[in-house]
Amino acid sequence: MSTVIRAKNVSKQYRLGKVGTGTLSHDLNRWWHRIRGKEDPYLKIGETNDRTAKGGSEYVWALRDINFDIGQGTATGIIGRNGAGKSTLLKILSRTTAPTTGSVKIRGRVASLLEVGTGFHPELSGRENTYLNGAILGMTRKEIARKFDEIVDFAGVERYIDTPVKRYSSGMYVRLAFAVAAHLESEILVVDEVLAVGDAEFQKKCLGKMGDVTRNGGRTVIYVSHNMESIRELCTSAILLKNGMLVDSGSAGDIVSTYLKTEAKFSTLYDSNNWLASSLPHLTRQAEIISIRNKAEHEVFKVSDQLPFDITIGGKSEYPGTVSRISLRVTNNMGAHVLTTHTIVSYSLLKGETRVIPMTLMIPELISGEYWCTVWIGEGDLGNYKCDHFSVEEVLHFAVINDQTHRWFPNWGNFNPKILAEDESSNIGRRAWDTTE
Amino acid sequence: MDQDIEEHWDLIILPKNRLLDLPLRELWRYRDLMLLFVKRDFTAQYKQTILGPLWHFINPIFTTITYTIIFGNIAQLSTDGTPRLIFYMCGITLWNFYSNTTTSTGSTFTQNAAIFGKVYFPRLIAPLATVISLMIDLSVHIVTLTGFVIYFKSQGYLENMQWINLIYLPPIVLLTAGFGLGTGTIISALTTKYRDLTVFTSLGINLLMFATPVIYPFSSIRGPYRVYLEWNPISPLIECYRFIFTGTGTFSAASLAYSTGMMCLLLFAGLLLFNRVEKTFMDTV
Repeated sequence: MSTVIRAKNVSKQYRLGKVGTGTLSHDLNRWWHRIRGKEDPYLKIGETNDRTAKGGSEYVWALRDINFDIGQGTATGIIGRNGAGKSTLLKILSRTTAPTTGSVKIRGRVASLLEVGTGFHPELSGRENTYLNGAILGMTRKEIARKFDEIVDFAGVERYIDTPVKRYSSGMYVRLAFAVAAHLESEILVVDEVLAVGDAEFQKKCLGKMGDVTRNGGRTVIYVSHNMESIRELCTSAILLKNGMLVDSGSAGDIVSTYLKTEAKFSTLYDSNNWLASSLPHLTRQAEIISIRNKAEHEVFKVSDQLPFDITIGGKSEYPGTVSRISLRVTNNMGAHVLTTHTIVSYSLLKGETRVIPMTLMIPELISGEYWCTVWIGEGDLGNYKCDHFSVEEVLHFAVINDQTHRWFPNWGNFNPKILAEDESSNIGRRAWDTTE
Repeated sequence: MDQDIEEHWDLIILPKNRLLDLPLRELWRYRDLMLLFVKRDFTAQYKQTILGPLWHFINPIFTTITYTIIFGNIAQLSTDGTPRLIFYMCGITLWNFYSNTTTSTGSTFTQNAAIFGKVYFPRLIAPLATVISLMIDLSVHIVTLTGFVIYFKSQGYLENMQWINLIYLPPIVLLTAGFGLGTGTIISALTTKYRDLTVFTSLGINLLMFATPVIYPFSSIRGPYRVYLEWNPISPLIECYRFIFTGTGTFSAASLAYSTGMMCLLLFAGLLLFNRVEKTFMDTV
């Protein structure tokens, strides 16, 4: 197996904040160093890209000294938390931006799909846009003409092919756009999470098509996704990024579980040292959350497991004190709200009083993935909101491994609850359809 | 054993382009894309209009009529003894071609940021496609202009006009296109990070028109101002273009050579700058 992509010491530096007057002086300084044959003074500074920590420098390294080889015909997944540098790496591989230092050597034609339908013009017909988009992605007119019928067939938009795409439904638009992309003939394909679009039937078709791409075409695929299941499904190997650095690489299955077990693991004790207390103006701050401790001592759970944790709250207001109800919102690692739940009882606290409240979260039938909780305390009950006192975001991290959610698509949602089919008494308790086949 | 293969790479991504590394082979490979961009510009422009491409003819005619009334009839500016309609139409068509080329290629990066940020293709394709689109527009205008010239000639005007001179038209158009592309690419390269120049561009182009013999003939300028006009490398082009259609114009071989030299210099500088910024403009645009 020969190497088709070799990245050597690839780094990318970004300047934070806005481009303004400060930039000009830095540019002049940089230029002054260059004409004297000296090194760029701003390459020496800069910090690793940990977005949660507050840094002093204006420069951050989105990627730092990345080295890897990718063999022909493999499918490599790039994994990491938001801000780990995945997209920056894709941008460099697809040549939409250049690295600050280092080099990437590539053998073969690269096509990148950071988005589907790039360059689609609303006024042009489906046919015209197919040609235009194909050409933007690097196909020649002859190639597109040869594949045209196949593309239209794959997208299922034959009747509308001479209608301007602005009249298309959003589903049709995406189907056509993806169909063009799926018929690219490059040796290397760089794909961002574009599968998060389209209806389920079409996604299945695309996923099949992507599988084809590596298995039969001898083609090399690099794929970024937040969806661990699709990485495990599609990729043969994976690269794990953390704060812009490559921390692990290996087989896709291994790296995904490493990621879920270690990298995704944040802490078992959350307090002001590692959380961001919300600064929303409506918070009264008459009571506060002091710490949250995960008592399970691990963070990977199965459906209906119990996640026990202690939450310590303290009062900050004089007699008669505050009344606090504890609320929990679970978000997935794309930031989408998955569920919200409240305690039924409230706890009253005087100034200076602290209280440790043991709680347990029953893991609901969530799909495999990573989740974060936002915890807040406030007054009132469900139908009778009064005020919020205090809130912390992105604490109490946990990951769910759900064997039933194999081949799950992002737009199917986050839950996979049981559904009962009435006449099949023998099947009660099982899903009416079996996703594992 | 693998050594031979190891050494051959199709593509090496580095932090910066080499200074004089024009991707000519790549541009050729993407020629279909360039033509499709041209086609897109053309079709998208007149979608959902009744008159469609007819607007190509209407636009210069109306501008010419306005100029004829304002600068000719009201301000009584000299037109070198040629019919006012033809005189102004010559100036307007070529000047508009230049100014449109400059302003639209000047906003290449900002206009195409959405596409450039997602897909790689040689960035130069975009301004080249723009120039070709505008050349098509210009050729339509030239056809209109020629129609008027035929009419005026049949009425006994424009005695000095020789049809054979039309062979000079392509080089003049190419020179003007080169100027537009040169200034445009310089502007586009300089405005990705600092936008100040964009504001200046439209103002500058508008003012430059008055320093170019568009609404007046070169011959009507006497005294100290004439020197400045001679420094303007676009002046000989406009005068020569006008000479092709009317048989009158003030230019010399030397002035045309000066224009050509300036054009090459400008275009070279433009491509150089463009080449420098195209790799990382996405970080600053």
